[in-house]
Amino acid sequence: MSALAHTSTTSYNYEIIRKFAVMAVIWGALGMFVGVYIALELAWPIFNFDTPAITFGRLRPVHTTLVIFGFGGSALFATSYYVVQRTCQVRLPSDMMANFTFWGWQLSIGLAAISYMMGFTQAREYAEMVWPIDLLIAVTWIVYFLVFVQTLQKRSQPHIYVANWFFLAFILATAILHIFNNMEVPISFFSLKSYSLHAGVQDAMTQWWYGHNAVGFFLTAAFLGMMYYFVPKQAGRPVYSYRLSIIHFWALVFLYMWVGAHHLHWTALPDWTSTLAATFSILLLLPSWGGMINGIMTLSGAWDKLRTDPVIRFLIVALSFYGMSTFEGPLMSLKSVNALSHYTDWTIGHVHSGALGWVAMITIGSFYHMIPRLWETRMYSTRLIYLHFWLATIGIVLYISAMWVAGIGQGLMLRAFDEYGNLAYTFIETVAFLKEPYVVRAIGGVFFVAGMFIMVFNVFMTILQSRREREMLEAKLASKMASA
Amino acid sequence: MTELLTWFTSMEFTKPFALVLFFVTFVSIIAYVYLGKDRSKRFESYRYIPLQESDEKCNEKES
Repeated sequence: MSALAHTSTTSYNYEIIRKFAVMAVIWGALGMFVGVYIALELAWPIFNFDTPAITFGRLRPVHTTLVIFGFGGSALFATSYYVVQRTCQVRLPSDMMANFTFWGWQLSIGLAAISYMMGFTQAREYAEMVWPIDLLIAVTWIVYFLVFVQTLQKRSQPHIYVANWFFLAFILATAILHIFNNMEVPISFFSLKSYSLHAGVQDAMTQWWYGHNAVGFFLTAAFLGMMYYFVPKQAGRPVYSYRLSIIHFWALVFLYMWVGAHHLHWTALPDWTSTLAATFSILLLLPSWGGMINGIMTLSGAWDKLRTDPVIRFLIVALSFYGMSTFEGPLMSLKSVNALSHYTDWTIGHVHSGALGWVAMITIGSFYHMIPRLWETRMYSTRLIYLHFWLATIGIVLYISAMWVAGIGQGLMLRAFDEYGNLAYTFIETVAFLKEPYVVRAIGGVFFVAGMFIMVFNVFMTILQSRREREMLEAKLASKMASA
Repeated sequence: MTELLTWFTSMEFTKPFALVLFFVTFVSIIAYVYLGKDRSKRFESYRYIPLQESDEKCNEKES
């Protein structure tokens, strides 16, 4: 470890990034474990153990909150603070404000998980937190926005690198989405219960405007920011086309805002609204694939790295899944396809193709790049990274295939008629059909979460190794000083 | 003013209006980004920012 490298950590605020990175890995392992558990409950309901706190209905939001906000959110805090400092060549403006975002965010995630298990929810998908937690998140997010913008303002680089545009769009859009989706009236100051300010179909549309843009800005735009920094860094080559990244950014942020209503096809929502949403969903294919091509082509001329570098494998496979799920999404937004896919497990498969294939894989790859640099050492084991890669990839393939079989089969059964025009299958027959795919899905989940536990071990050992190296260096320095 | 707002409430006017507005904006962005040799060169020079940044540079600025 050089003296120069040592001073670098006192220059940038790496401490806050380390804290967020560690929590991201912990929430990831925990959230994915809960996911596997509820997958087991669906395959074998005995796992409910007649205990309300661990039934599917209560654990499902625990799973989604821990993986989206605990794992994904903490990873985004970590990487955005890392990228903005390094590309602007300036330290975060306030350690105290950065620390506030850490404690505010972790407290929100912890309180949310506990409250769901106790049965407190406002029943809005991906926004189940009760109103006091909503307020805590809003305050934390505003401080995050201030930290990020102030860092950009005092930058040493004249140009703001494109990754930061994606991060800023994510922070701004998430603030707007969170505030408007959670406009509610508590029934009293001392009650966790509240009523939404919106009613009926407007309430449903607000919910899905939030829900899909949470996918668009939280789970896509922000992780594209991650991609635009970590893929070039790990590949050691500049991004394929900067001009394409500009088009990618503006087209993506413009188009995403319109598509939420495709979650409400064939409902009380006006027909023109869902048609408009489907149209914009199809248009969204262009920037999505433009971005994917931009990321993958960054490796142009250095494809051999795929054979030798497991981190690059994570990043490129993530981009491939990004391309696949952003093709599947527009396809499913077509009304005729949606008539088959909606209310079936195809939707769950699609979500996980994006969440595991894109979000988790790009995060894991970025973390394997960033963590050794944060702790000024090498990863404890490269072999374990290879093992993690294969467990994760096999897990995703099993998961998605099982859900395609479950969803398409279920959809076809639900709308099959006999020669007299009666429904060909009873509802319970469609449920019985799901048993085998649910078992395969749970196995896929076990593969993925096993990889995540290996990552926890690898990261933990890397941190220990860094401490040991520092202690040895200090001992050497002390002995030199004593002998001098 | 009321007439203008009423005009906007009619879908047969607003749909082609939105189409023209968005299409022109999109084409303008494409033209701005891809036309002009100097601008293209400048944009592409930003590709190297992640590869140029380093710990040392931050130290220089900070001190």
